[in-house]
Amino acid sequence: MHEPFHFYTESHLVRLLGLKARNTLELLEGMKKVPASSIYYHTHRFLQQHHYLSPEPPNDFAYWLANILNLKQLAEAFASVDTVDFKNMEELRAEFIGILESYPVKNVVDCPEGQEFHFMACKTFILPVQYVAHNLREFADILRRVSVNSLYFHIFESRMRLERDENDFQAWFRSIGENELAQRLSRLDPYTITLESLRGQILEMVMKYAEH
Amino acid sequence: MQNINDYMPVVGHSVINELYLLAERVQPRAVHNVNSTAVGGGVAEILTRMVPLLRQLGLNAKWDVIKGNDKFFNITKSIHNALHGADVRISKEDWEYFLEVNRENAAEMDLSGDIMFVHDPQPIALIEQRTRRDGTKWIWRCHIDVTNPQKDVMDFLRTYVEKYDSAVFSAPAFGQEMGIAQVLISPSIDPLSDKNKELSQKAVDAVLERFGIDKERRLVTQISRFDYLKDPVGVIRVYQKVKKHIDCQLVLAGGGATDDPEGLQVLEEAKSAAAGDPDVHIIFLPAGSDIEVNALQRASTVVLQKSLKEGFGLTVAEALWKAKPVIASAVGGIPLQIKHKYSGILTYSIEGTAHYLKQLLHEPGYAKALGLNGREHIKNNFLITRHIRDYLLLFLSLYYEQDVVSL
Repeated sequence: MHEPFHFYTESHLVRLLGLKARNTLELLEGMKKVPASSIYYHTHRFLQQHHYLSPEPPNDFAYWLANILNLKQLAEAFASVDTVDFKNMEELRAEFIGILESYPVKNVVDCPEGQEFHFMACKTFILPVQYVAHNLREFADILRRVSVNSLYFHIFESRMRLERDENDFQAWFRSIGENELAQRLSRLDPYTITLESLRGQILEMVMKYAEH
Repeated sequence: MQNINDYMPVVGHSVINELYLLAERVQPRAVHNVNSTAVGGGVAEILTRMVPLLRQLGLNAKWDVIKGNDKFFNITKSIHNALHGADVRISKEDWEYFLEVNRENAAEMDLSGDIMFVHDPQPIALIEQRTRRDGTKWIWRCHIDVTNPQKDVMDFLRTYVEKYDSAVFSAPAFGQEMGIAQVLISPSIDPLSDKNKELSQKAVDAVLERFGIDKERRLVTQISRFDYLKDPVGVIRVYQKVKKHIDCQLVLAGGGATDDPEGLQVLEEAKSAAAGDPDVHIIFLPAGSDIEVNALQRASTVVLQKSLKEGFGLTVAEALWKAKPVIASAVGGIPLQIKHKYSGILTYSIEGTAHYLKQLLHEPGYAKALGLNGREHIKNNFLITRHIRDYLLLFLSLYYEQDVVSL
C-alpha cells in the first residue's frame, strides 16, 4: 500500500526591509546582507502575482536592471540564470553576487530619484488543504481544483526553499512506482511558463499515465 | 451585505476555502480596528466591507472611530500633508492638542482585544495606553504615501510607531528605517460593492442623463475627492490640450471626507479652470454615491488618475476592474497596479498624460487590450479576498518569528 498524496497550500506575507539600492554597487551590497527569504521573494514573486502573463519578467533584479538602469546586458545575465538548477537560496544568491562583482565599477550609474530598488522579503505560511489523492486519477481530479498557490507550493517552494531534491509531485510519483512520469516531470522547467500552463501540462502528463 | 461565499464565482472556490483555513488559525483572537472616520475616503470604505467579512470567517472583529472637532481634523490634515512631503508647520501646541484628543478618546474607548489594529496617524497615540502585561499586540496601518515625509513630522510619529509590534504600508517605497517589523499590504476593491458590481446599460445611461453627459460622445473621467494632491486643475489642462484635436467630454467627480476641510476650495478652483466649458462636468458627489461612480467609470472611454501623491489610488483598481484603459501618474501604489503599456499607462506630467490620452482615444483596439490586461491583474492581486488573506497572515505573523511557518 502506497502513501497517499496530501495537498498543501501556502501564502506569503510580504515584509519591507527598509533597505534600497540606487545603483549596481548598492544592489550588490544589499544582496549580501538581506535574508535568504528576500532572494527568494525577488526571484519568485512574479510567478504568483503575474501568473496569467507570458512571457513573464523572470525576476525583480533583472526587471529593475533592464527597465530602470537600462543595463540590458546585465539584466539578461540575471534573467538567464537557470533557477531550476540551484538547490537553495544561498547558491542562487552566490550566483547573483558573482554576476554583480564582475560588472565593471566604472560603469556604475544611479537610477532616477524615486525609482530605487526596494529590498523586500516574505514570511511563508504553509497549511494542509482537505484534498488527498490515492492514485493518479484522483491526483488529476484534485489538481484541476486546487488554487495556484497549492500548485506553486508543491512545485517551487518545497524544492527550492525547503531544500528537497525534487518537487513534491515527482517524489510521490516515484513512491508509487511511476518513475517514468517522475522523470518526465523533472525535465519540465517550471520557471518559463505560467502557473496555469504548468497545471495544464502536468495534468496532461498525469492523465496519460492514469489511463495505463 | 455581502456574504464571503458570494465571492466564489468571482475568484474561485479554492481561494475562499483557503481563507476559511487561515481564519481557523486566527480565530480565538479578537481584532479591534480603530480609525478616524466612519464614512468617506478609502480607509472607511475598506473597513466597512472588511469587518463584516472577517466576522463571517469566524473572527471576533470590531471597529471603533475616534472623535475629534474641526481643530483636531485640521491638525491631522496638516500631518497628512506633511507626510506627503508638503511644507506645513505643525506647532508644539498643535501636537499637544493632537495628543490630548488621542488621550480623551483612549479614556472613552475599550482598548481591549488580542490585536489592536490602528489605522493612519489620527489615532496613532492610542498606543500610549499599551500595557505589556495584557499581551495585546498592536499594529499600525499607514495608508499614506510616506516616500518623502517632512522629517520632523515623521520623527515625531516614529516615536509612537516604534511602540507597535508591526507597521503596515501600501507600497514598497513607503518602508522606513525603523526597529519594528514592516509589512507590505496593498489595499483592495470589492467586486460586489455598489461601486464595482456589474451595471445594466440602462442604469449607466440614467446616471449620464442625470448629469447632462452626452452618451454618444467620448468621455474622459477622473474620479477623486477634491484635493490638491489629486490635481483636478492639471486634469483640466490635459483635457484642454487634447480637446484641440479630439472631441471629448471631461468628468471630474468626487466627494469629500469628513476629515478633509480643504475640499470645497479645490472644487472652486477646478470650476474656475474649466472656464465655463459645457463639456467639462464637475460633479460633487455626496457620500454614498457609489452607483454614480460605478456608472461614470463604466461609461468612460478613458479613465485618468493624475495624482501628484497617492496612498494607493484605489480608483485605478476600480477602473481597471471595469476593463477601462487607465492613464495614471507613477506615484504611490499606482505602479503596483499598472505595468506601463501592458495593463495601462504611467505618466509623469500634464504633457505626457495629454500625449497618451490622444493615443488611446485614437486607438480603441490598443486601449481595449490595456483594459482587459488590467482587469486580470486586479482580479489576481487587488480584490478584497486577497486583502483579507493578507490581514489574516498579518495577524498570524504576530505570533511566529520564523520565515517559514507550518500551520
